[in-house]
Amino acid sequence: MSKLTPKERLKIPRHPMIEQDPMERSHNFNEVNLGYTAQLAMAEADRCLQCPKPTCVEGCPVHIQIKDFIGLIAEGDFLGAVKKIKEDNALPAICGRVCPQEEQCEESCVVAKRGEPVAIGHLERFVADYERNSGKIEIPEVKKSNGKKVAIVGSGPAGLSCAKDLCAKGYDVTVFEALHELGGVLVYGIPEFRLPKDIVRTEIDGLKKMGVKFQTDTIIGRLYTIDELFEEEGFDAVFLGVGAGLPWFLGIEGENLDGVYSANEFLTRVNLMKAYKFPEYDSPILDLHGKNVAVFGGGNTAMDAVRTALRLGAKNAYIIYRRSEKEMPARVEEVKHAKEEGVQFMLLTNPVRLIGDDEGWLKAVELIKMELGEPDASGRRRPIPIEGSNFTMDMDVAIVAIGNGPNPLIMKTTPEIEVSKRNTIVVDPETMKTSKKGVFAGGDIVTGGATVILAMGAGRKAAAAIDEYIQTGKW
Amino acid sequence: MFKIVDARFLAENIKKFEIEAPRIAKKRKAGQFVIIRIDEYGERIPLTIADSNVEKGTITIIVQGVGKTTKELNMKEAGDSILDVVGPLGQPSHIENFGTAVSIGGGVGTAIAYPTAVALKEAGNYVITINGARSKDLVILEDEMKSVSDEAYITTDDGSYGFHGFVTQKLQQLIDEGKKLDFVLAIGPIPMMKAVADVTRPYGIKTVVSLNPIMIDGTGMCGGCRVLINGKPKFACVDGPEFDAHAVDFKNLADRNRTYREYEQEALKRFEEHCRLEKQIKEMKEEK
Ligand SMILES: Cc1cc2nc3c(=O)[nH]c(=O)nc-3n(C[C@H](O)[C@H](O)[C@H](O)COP(=O)(O)OP(=O)(O)OC[C@H]3O[C@@H](n4cnc5c(N)ncnc54)[C@H](O)[C@@H]3O)c2cc1C
Ligand code: SF4
Ligand code: FES
Repeated sequence: MSKLTPKERLKIPRHPMIEQDPMERSHNFNEVNLGYTAQLAMAEADRCLQCPKPTCVEGCPVHIQIKDFIGLIAEGDFLGAVKKIKEDNALPAICGRVCPQEEQCEESCVVAKRGEPVAIGHLERFVADYERNSGKIEIPEVKKSNGKKVAIVGSGPAGLSCAKDLCAKGYDVTVFEALHELGGVLVYGIPEFRLPKDIVRTEIDGLKKMGVKFQTDTIIGRLYTIDELFEEEGFDAVFLGVGAGLPWFLGIEGENLDGVYSANEFLTRVNLMKAYKFPEYDSPILDLHGKNVAVFGGGNTAMDAVRTALRLGAKNAYIIYRRSEKEMPARVEEVKHAKEEGVQFMLLTNPVRLIGDDEGWLKAVELIKMELGEPDASGRRRPIPIEGSNFTMDMDVAIVAIGNGPNPLIMKTTPEIEVSKRNTIVVDPETMKTSKKGVFAGGDIVTGGATVILAMGAGRKAAAAIDEYIQTGKW
Repeated sequence: MFKIVDARFLAENIKKFEIEAPRIAKKRKAGQFVIIRIDEYGERIPLTIADSNVEKGTITIIVQGVGKTTKELNMKEAGDSILDVVGPLGQPSHIENFGTAVSIGGGVGTAIAYPTAVALKEAGNYVITINGARSKDLVILEDEMKSVSDEAYITTDDGSYGFHGFVTQKLQQLIDEGKKLDFVLAIGPIPMMKAVADVTRPYGIKTVVSLNPIMIDGTGMCGGCRVLINGKPKFACVDGPEFDAHAVDFKNLADRNRTYREYEQEALKRFEEHCRLEKQIKEMKEEK
């Protein structure tokens, strides 16, 4: 590490990410962020103070050894750095791209008190990409088979990370996925321009090389019940990482008009079914050239949908959100990117009614202005409609992106699994055990829509508990 | 990959496939469906499971070639494969001994109604089937339907076979004759299902229809299949596909089903052009 004093380190300004030009990228699906060069990464690593008490680590939900990996980057040992990250995080190339760092590690970074925090996310991404591009991805060591079988339901980040740890420990692991592609939200939800699908595929190929088996087109609860997995298929434990895939609607008039999508449908058509390549691919999506598109919501899903709409040619693409920008749950970087690309933000505004023409097509939306009142249960100030402030806007397509709930399919077919009032699966927070013997759960199905890193962490926690359960037989 | 073990046309443009899918064969119940994707470029479309054979490990689907995907599917032969078949999806038909049950099928809807008619018979109902087609050569599953019916009627729009007229006219006739009908199942084109619902509504006859909205995942994830039941949105792939006919908003369903009509026509045109060219190339090669 170069010999800089802390003072000198604090003087170095944060190195911005290299990005595709906003005007160009708003018309293509290529990744927006192009990544650091080795030189930039080492220069950014020099900003790290190597704190005796690295608060960044506490800010990270899975306690990546941030200080250590950044130290290795500063020394130019990029492969060493990625190895260090992988001790705690199974999916650095993905998390480096999609984690809300500004409210996790970077928020807790000591440097943030004086200015901009160390770009921990960009550095994580850089070393993970370095490893992938070097072709030297290390396949973790796999212990000799112990003859025990574990079923993982769902191939999102929770399922994948659970599968990886158990496979390494010598378990015979099969991942069951309902869709035809593996990766969960990482492939059907998050767009290519934010998370290239090749990266997800590389991760999954790695698991295949380790010996994890994958079975797509398999809906647990329909093709096999959980009891059948135990009794007929001989599994010793089951992990449920089925996510929160049930889209919520607003419950207002006109939501069933033609031209109204859930964000899940809109994004699934584009990402999973590749409708942006219609007619090369068979699944269509409405042609948005010259169209006005409204997206309701302020989370990552809303940002992904609105930026996808721009890329499909929308003339005007609006975010319509009932609170102010400060309360938006989306990653700060996504909001910034959306603005640069020309997304129009209508804050403190809420839809009241969707208006159709005689043929059942959406033609306008009625909106109402909101103001912020007292904080609600979520700690955010509650939006209150301002009476009489209604107005309408012409709109061709509307996308509802107000969140997702847990899909009740598994619970319906397995009533012994206890669920909360919100329909999430109830687990012991330490062991991820459900109320049914041998069944564990983690990720969005437990937390409700959350983050990739939390799902990943839950998958790993469950893997450790599953190992203990099978080895000791104790429930 | 799911292998097609048998494929044959039942009528012009209507083809029956037996597909190797042992686990689905074992688990499926009347009224459920699968979603298939032909190949990497394909779309996901729902198809009702018409029958299954647990010993052979196969399911039967019956496909009417209307759009690109169904026409492409109907070009497949025994020995070919389908990339993805996922199921069984949806709620099974609610079956009980209603008394006198009428199963009405319009066009390829007959195939979809068949498994439920079988189940109704097995549950002890007096089963009446009415199956409609445009003309005689489009009548399908006549023998199968007869074998599960206490009374079986065929109607043709042009009168070339059976009762001359629509299925609803035959249904009205039965009602007018004073038959006490306890349950009606109607499956077919949206206007037909709506017409059946209109016929039975004044008599308060319990009537169920199987809806066919556009679907993607079939697991409740996209919400694209939502239909209005008593004015409230329901996901047909998990809450349905069968619903109380008198509660369905058929206009909304018809509207939503034409969302991509232009795109579908374009895809079909391109596909037919492609097939025509392939055929020409093949002929040229053969001449050489
Ligand atoms: C559009 C969008 C953008 C997002 N952006 C971000 C972001 O930038 N940063 C971030 O941290 N988080 C983001 N999130 C949230 C994040 O993606 C999720 O928190 C995370 O993917 C949850 O992981 P999971 O493994 O619990 O479930 P999922 O990723 O949802 O995976 C669950 C999988 O289980 C499958 N499945 C469900 N039921 C069954 C069944 N019965 N049988 C078999 N398989 C089944 C599903 O098909 C799915 O593939 C975003 C979410 C969305 C929708
Ligand atoms: S808190 Fe910031 S400066 Fe301190 S070790 Fe962590 S990244 Fe480096
Ligand atoms: S097909 Fe997607 S929710 Fe029904």
